[in-house]
Amino acid sequence: MTTRMFGEPVLRREDPRLLTGQGRYLDDLGPRALAAAFVRSPHASARIRDIDVSGALDVEGLVAVYTWEDLPEQVGAPLPLLIPHPALTHGRTAYPLARDLVRHVGEPVVMVVARDRYLAEDACALIRVDYEVLKPVVGVEEAAHGGLLVHADVPGNAGAHLVQEVPSAAGLGAGEAIGRAPHELSFRLDIERSASMPLEGRGVYARWDADDRSLRVYSSTQTSTSVRMAIAARLGLPLPSVEVIAPDVGGGFGVKIVHPWPEEVLVPWAAILLGQEVKWTEDRREHFISAAHERGQVHFVRVGFDDEGRVLGLDVTILHDHGAYTPYGIIVPIITATQLLGPYRIGAYRVEFTSIYTNTVQVTPYRGAGRPQAVFCMERTMDHIAAHLGLDRTAVRAANLIQPDEFPYDQGLIFQDGRPLIYDSGDYPESLRMIKELIGWDGFPAVRAAAEAQGRRLGIGIGCYVEGTGVGPYEGGHVQVTSDGRVHVSTGLTSQGQGHETAFAQIAAAELGVPLERISVVTGDTRRFGYAVGTFASRAAVMSGNAIALACRKVRAKALRIAADALEADPGDLEISEGVVRVAGSPGASIPLATVATLANPLRYAFDEQAARATQFAATPAMDRPPVAEGEEPGLEGRDYYSPIRSTFASGMHAAIVETDPETAEIKILRYAVVHDCGKLINPMIVEGQIHGGVAQGVGGALYERMVYDSHGQLLNASFMDFLMPYATEIPHVETAHLETPSPLNPLGIKGAGEAGVIPVSAVIASAIEDAEGIVIDRMPISPSDLFHLRATR
Amino acid sequence: MHEITLTVNGVVRQARVPARRLLSDCLRHDLGLTGTHVGCEHGVCGCCTILLDGEPVRSCLTFAVTVDGREITTVEGLAGPDGALSPVQRAFAECHGLQCGFCTPGFLCTATALLRENPAPTEEEVLEGISGNLCRCTGYQNIVKSVHRAAELIAEEP
Ligand code: FES
Ligand code: FES
Repeated sequence: MTTRMFGEPVLRREDPRLLTGQGRYLDDLGPRALAAAFVRSPHASARIRDIDVSGALDVEGLVAVYTWEDLPEQVGAPLPLLIPHPALTHGRTAYPLARDLVRHVGEPVVMVVARDRYLAEDACALIRVDYEVLKPVVGVEEAAHGGLLVHADVPGNAGAHLVQEVPSAAGLGAGEAIGRAPHELSFRLDIERSASMPLEGRGVYARWDADDRSLRVYSSTQTSTSVRMAIAARLGLPLPSVEVIAPDVGGGFGVKIVHPWPEEVLVPWAAILLGQEVKWTEDRREHFISAAHERGQVHFVRVGFDDEGRVLGLDVTILHDHGAYTPYGIIVPIITATQLLGPYRIGAYRVEFTSIYTNTVQVTPYRGAGRPQAVFCMERTMDHIAAHLGLDRTAVRAANLIQPDEFPYDQGLIFQDGRPLIYDSGDYPESLRMIKELIGWDGFPAVRAAAEAQGRRLGIGIGCYVEGTGVGPYEGGHVQVTSDGRVHVSTGLTSQGQGHETAFAQIAAAELGVPLERISVVTGDTRRFGYAVGTFASRAAVMSGNAIALACRKVRAKALRIAADALEADPGDLEISEGVVRVAGSPGASIPLATVATLANPLRYAFDEQAARATQFAATPAMDRPPVAEGEEPGLEGRDYYSPIRSTFASGMHAAIVETDPETAEIKILRYAVVHDCGKLINPMIVEGQIHGGVAQGVGGALYERMVYDSHGQLLNASFMDFLMPYATEIPHVETAHLETPSPLNPLGIKGAGEAGVIPVSAVIASAIEDAEGIVIDRMPISPSDLFHLRATR
Repeated sequence: MHEITLTVNGVVRQARVPARRLLSDCLRHDLGLTGTHVGCEHGVCGCCTILLDGEPVRSCLTFAVTVDGREITTVEGLAGPDGALSPVQRAFAECHGLQCGFCTPGFLCTATALLRENPAPTEEEVLEGISGNLCRCTGYQNIVKSVHRAAELIAEEP
């Protein structure tokens, strides 16, 4: 039954194409395009004295070489600061090509266009850039001292400073609440840098049509609509003359929400100038040194609590390393600051962050976006409290949980969407009960003892989170039924593997009563839908899912009006299933949606038999009203938008059992369990897949991945040989259980699942290792050699 | 420039390539077979894995001129001549073994070779067999499941 589509593990419709090599990723397009390559800075901080391109000019196949001086004013201007914020008093962005100064290794300095990429790179190698090398600022704490500056006009390297405070119910500030609390602890927590690291890097391909003066750009982006507006503005083109398409995208995880990248401006500009197609495909080293990183943060926590472990006051000070530029504003530390409270009711809270420039790659959201750090802070705090009081770690959490009858629960903060942080729904005690049961928390002492008897060392850990998902401002959906009975759904946001073609088709099938096979879904193509925000913050299902549902409801209502006319029935008596409108209870009276679509568009010309039914002499129309009635439009189609009052809040709890080798300090995750609540599930198979992938990235961040900069600002491990992304052998089997507390905020009751898996993993693994070893774990990731050294200093 | 002749997915193909042309680039850009992906170009991710005379090989670590005269299967050649998906492809679809699909061609080729060699691999053998391929999306759980399922599907074949 079509109406049972919603909530079913429907197999993905994108798979047949992707399994047979028929996907269209960026570099698969434009086989005849010229290739762009970039000369990038080898220094973390330097002044450009001179650029000598003469050596490159003889390279066979060279087409053009550009430096900043060659760029017209609008093209060469600094890139936009995408998310301004009053606290970001010193926002700085890069020029598309470096002007005078370079501020991190990898910053683009010269753009070369040649017949193919090999030749373009040959030319790059022959361009001589004369640098005056300056001493770089590396390390967030050193940068915070402000001895050396990344930007001469940013004192103390401080781009932003923000304080948020929520007093206790009794009106106490955090400092006072902590001072009066029976117990007080303070400690420091560190998280190192990692990165989204999609297997497909960035890429841009531009085609200029000189005849009709229009530009088509393909970009491996998470937001094609916004790239389009940025390109039109930069290149001075009328918006309707620019189209941007996100083709199949080989993973995003946050990094591809940043835009316009220098290359997204320069490649289309060169394509227009040269009158030829130009393409740039990022290579892996470029991705490491010129895209974006995240996670690096230092946290100073002070907490006051009572004998049951209830938090009475919490004060957190954060140093955020945002690299050399702030194109995405201060979203990451804002999210850390506001999502830190998790599922807990905290007495008084004060959080302060300073966002600091360093001569490293810029920092922008990576799946989780500041939440893994937040959860690491809060959950380590819970564990510290439990250790201090000698209580079970889950008992301390239980003492602090927000109760089911307290929703909507206002945390008193302003979230990343500029709106109040009010939790919509959830059942945290049930979640805790489920995770304890799933991992076998209460039975673990016996498991541990049995292992110990064999000389093995085990530990168990837990981590809880609440994730603001589905942030606005809006998304839209367009649904069109054509006279062949097919349904064409489009939405402006983009896809990077989340299975939107399937999930959105399920929603349309359920709403319209049409078989799945007749529905096609297009995302991220501005030719089909021009208004959108983008795919990030676990928002796609919530935002576009609801917008598509609303658009379907419009189409359905219209279909019923037209069918009611044709069947001489009351619209209220009609139902749609299998693509046919029927009078309920009278099987004979029916009309296919295909025919309804035909009738919806009054015609003069019959181009086929079906169309003939809508022509002027085909039926006896009502002569008292125009063929297209007032307030109606031709065609069986509808467009609608979903703009939420505020974010939804998904939540979950993870637990793990780890084994540490007493000799080698090797760390192995024996079991990993997830309880997850993202409201109503559209497709449980896809949601599980998102969780698996998120947990794997979390394990990478907990045990393996770190960006290692030396004191010269060189990224020492800018390759897959040295940056250790986990293989199948490193990732545990993930056991999952779902809890569904529907969101009251949107028609479908969904919340969003994209980031959930990654968020608490570092907290969980730290908790489990600490439990196994009896050593405080206060920085992640942790490698066997880190653990080995920690043991030695115990 | 060198003239080379390759048998790709059963079809004899010719290309004129410079000595430094990577096999991955030759397949993708000279022969238009863009199903083989490039994720690192330094031999670590496995996205570019193809079958060279039936053996999985990283095409980004291979110069095209060195495989003159050899037989190559890419992801485009895994399905049957009638377009029917191979058991490995079907299993990946059934078990949700892919998300963005970028790593998938490499996993499919690797798993195809693995199961040809060892039609009933143990859990350990599957993990070992795919441990040279990176996936950033799936967390591998469903890929492992897909390989086991593929083994079942192959065993069921007439
Ligand atoms: S592209 Fe060949 S192994 Fe990564
Ligand atoms: S499915 Fe995206 S990298 Fe594997």
